[in-house]
Amino acid sequence: MTIDQLLVYFFGACALLGGVLMLVAQHPMRVALALISCMLSLAGIYAMLGVHVVAVFQVLIYVGAVMVFMVYVIMLLDVRDPSFVRRYSRLLLPGIVLGALLAGALGIAAIKLGAPAIQPGAGAAPSYLVQPFSVEFLREYWLHFELTSVLLVAAVVAAIAIIRSGRRSDG
Amino acid sequence: MADTQLLLGLSFVLFALGLVGVMVRRNALVMLMCMELMLNAVILALVTFSLETGTLSGAVLVFLIFVVAAAEIAIAIPIVLQLSRQRSSLDVEGYDRLKG
Repeated sequence: MTIDQLLVYFFGACALLGGVLMLVAQHPMRVALALISCMLSLAGIYAMLGVHVVAVFQVLIYVGAVMVFMVYVIMLLDVRDPSFVRRYSRLLLPGIVLGALLAGALGIAAIKLGAPAIQPGAGAAPSYLVQPFSVEFLREYWLHFELTSVLLVAAVVAAIAIIRSGRRSDG
Repeated sequence: MADTQLLLGLSFVLFALGLVGVMVRRNALVMLMCMELMLNAVILALVTFSLETGTLSGAVLVFLIFVVAAAEIAIAIPIVLQLSRQRSSLDVEGYDRLKG
């Protein structure tokens, strides 16, 4: 067992711990911090696997943009909200049972898969470095890249429309 | 080294945790964050499959998921803010009379 393997296990355990803490933590700020630690551990896993592009963008986009936005919104909202105190809804028991069933079914599928081991760093590295990946990405998938910009424009327009309709209903 | 089964198992467990969070928690923002956890689990599975097959398309899909996550947050946060302003609560059980 090498140090790389140990690090992958360590980051995996951290991600799992973050996911469990998200369910248990009471205040949304703690949930957000647990999610951030989970995302950072996943970025560590990607870096250890040699997929540096995804690791970098995981930190930049998810932790740097999405979660910072989320943390700001949590700070904007009222702390005395009743949903901050009573954290679970009536679906607690069926939800946990269904989640356990889903995890069990997917776990059985993963065990049946019997897949070979990944060779991180050595085998997969060349195409996942930033430069080869970018060249291949823009040469092969340029149409998808352009379509995502359409999606982003649609999201911006939708956000503005939601805010405007809310103002109108307020009077 | 790290085998596919382990990473896939981690991804499945994270996805199930996110699903349970969406069902069980009552705060709308926490439910949004649990959806982000599910997206992260999907990204981990995509990266694992991409490494296993040695193709690039999985990593490209990861980028598209990043864009979808950003768009989702950009739309969902204004909706949550509007809801919390109108009902003065983030409790989803208070949203039982949504109309118009």
